[in-house]
Amino acid sequence: MGLKEYTFTDKIDTRSGFGVGLAEIGDQNENVVALCADLTGSLKMNAFKDAHPERFFQIGIAEANMMGIAAGMTIGGKIPFTGTFANFSTGRVYDQIRQSIAYSHKNVKICASHAGITLGEDGATHQILEDLGLMKMLPGMTVINTCDFEQTRKATHAIAAHNGPVYLRFGRPAVPNFSSELPFEIGKGILLQEGTDVTLVATGHLVWEALEAAKSLHKQGISAEVINIHTIKPLDDALILESVKKTAAVVSCEEHNYLGGLGESVARVLAEQHPTPQAFVATQDTFGESGTPAQLMEKYGLNAASIVKKAKEVLAKKA
Amino acid sequence: MASIETIEQLLPQVRRDILRMVHQVNSGHPGGSLGCTEFFVALYQHVMDYSTDFNMDGKNEDLFFLSNGHISPVFYSVLARSGFFPVSELATFRKLNSRLQGHPTTHEGLPGIRIASGSLGQGMSVAIGAAETKKLNNDKHMVYSLHGDGELQEGQNWEAIMYAGGKGIDNLISTIDYNKQQIDGSTDDVLPLGDVGAKLETFGWTVINVEKGNDVPAILAGFEAAKAASGQQKPVAILLHTVMGNGVDFMMHTHAWHGKAPNDEQLAIGLAQNEETLGDY
Repeated sequence: MGLKEYTFTDKIDTRSGFGVGLAEIGDQNENVVALCADLTGSLKMNAFKDAHPERFFQIGIAEANMMGIAAGMTIGGKIPFTGTFANFSTGRVYDQIRQSIAYSHKNVKICASHAGITLGEDGATHQILEDLGLMKMLPGMTVINTCDFEQTRKATHAIAAHNGPVYLRFGRPAVPNFSSELPFEIGKGILLQEGTDVTLVATGHLVWEALEAAKSLHKQGISAEVINIHTIKPLDDALILESVKKTAAVVSCEEHNYLGGLGESVARVLAEQHPTPQAFVATQDTFGESGTPAQLMEKYGLNAASIVKKAKEVLAKKA
Repeated sequence: MASIETIEQLLPQVRRDILRMVHQVNSGHPGGSLGCTEFFVALYQHVMDYSTDFNMDGKNEDLFFLSNGHISPVFYSVLARSGFFPVSELATFRKLNSRLQGHPTTHEGLPGIRIASGSLGQGMSVAIGAAETKKLNNDKHMVYSLHGDGELQEGQNWEAIMYAGGKGIDNLISTIDYNKQQIDGSTDDVLPLGDVGAKLETFGWTVINVEKGNDVPAILAGFEAAKAASGQQKPVAILLHTVMGNGVDFMMHTHAWHGKAPNDEQLAIGLAQNEETLGDY
């Protein structure tokens, strides 16, 4: 079986996809408002701010207040998009999100940049690796982690049209922008590569790495199926089950702690419906540290080489 | 808009509701509820312009947010007696499958509730958000909120107070239930609040003191002054000097009844001090 070719003309950060998407929906829907906690440039919210200054709210360094204001702004029909780093979008304001947004079922879009270890040199204080777990545990919360510029842009459109609270996670490093031709629908995974020996289920910055890993495995005579799960919750159970029924082995790939992330969500589905050997490409219950994104992905085992290694390990466990 | 006479009839009835609700399930928060009975009755019977045909967006009507959600008994009683839902539903307070949860929530769809509250310190931010949306919608109606004084120990309030002052949120009237009591004792004993009025003024707010916080004409005068001060690029705070447990003599001037229900005997004493004017639920 041949491999599909995915090409890209440029590497660009996922946060820029958010910035472009936000400006586009700001033009299309006058109920869209944006709130930022003193990180307008980092979140690429300048284009929205410049086009719609009356709908842009600079909150200052006060994320708890930002979440509450966003919740309140939904009352009267606004669709608030909050923007700050992932760490300050989740752990710092968990109770505000829990009570004022999730439990109150407010139509707030929590948009979080600089997620995961690829935030890089700022180090562990800013590198949240627990956010997917925190957010997916909240009843009613939709959780999305996008893989490139174009997917992030499309996701920004999709969440504006979705009624209910959403956590949208993206990041800082420039990564291949390859998904222009791919559809985006909340809750629908994308089959990127068909294979028969092992399923690579990847999210966020690990999706391109999974495609690279599939190429490498192919050269070694191993046929890897690659699935992009951008929506961690609600999870596309059917797509994952269909694949593992064929391959009987799975590697989950994410820039997140192996506790609480995509891998655990996949494991739950498989445990309940189709027990399958699984390996986890994820951080191993640790904090990050300073370094370049590439150095950190290497050190913490979050790249194509690591996915190849884990795939072989899990293949050895196949009955 | 109700007459003062109607308001005076409602007060003892709302107090009876509060006592009976918390007694029935042997839990809940009567002290702060009783202390704010006059405030709620004045707000819903005289001050606010609203529709009991409830919709979440609340466009072209005044909005109210309760930040200190534990005083849900008074909120529920006044909402029911203002026509938001049947008075008989007060009997379900804190029971399984009730819309009247221990702390207010939108989750069960109770008319009149627009946000969950209970975890303290979040209501002012929400009220500011609703006020910002009213401005965007060119909706001239006001946003009201209520906060405990002990609740001001939560830091998020000061983020919100700074924002509202700094950004001139002048369609917001936030009332502080200034009873100077909290669960573990007086606010001075637990964590002194300092000069709350001066702090708010320093943060850019107009502050109105209502010294007789359990006196309906005084409360109405305070709201009139607050409304007159609105629309001038500054948020308005009312420091409502209340007596916790007001209207039930053995519950007054103490933090002891913050979160404690009366027993049968105590209920009887409390009810004897408050005439059944409009019919118990």
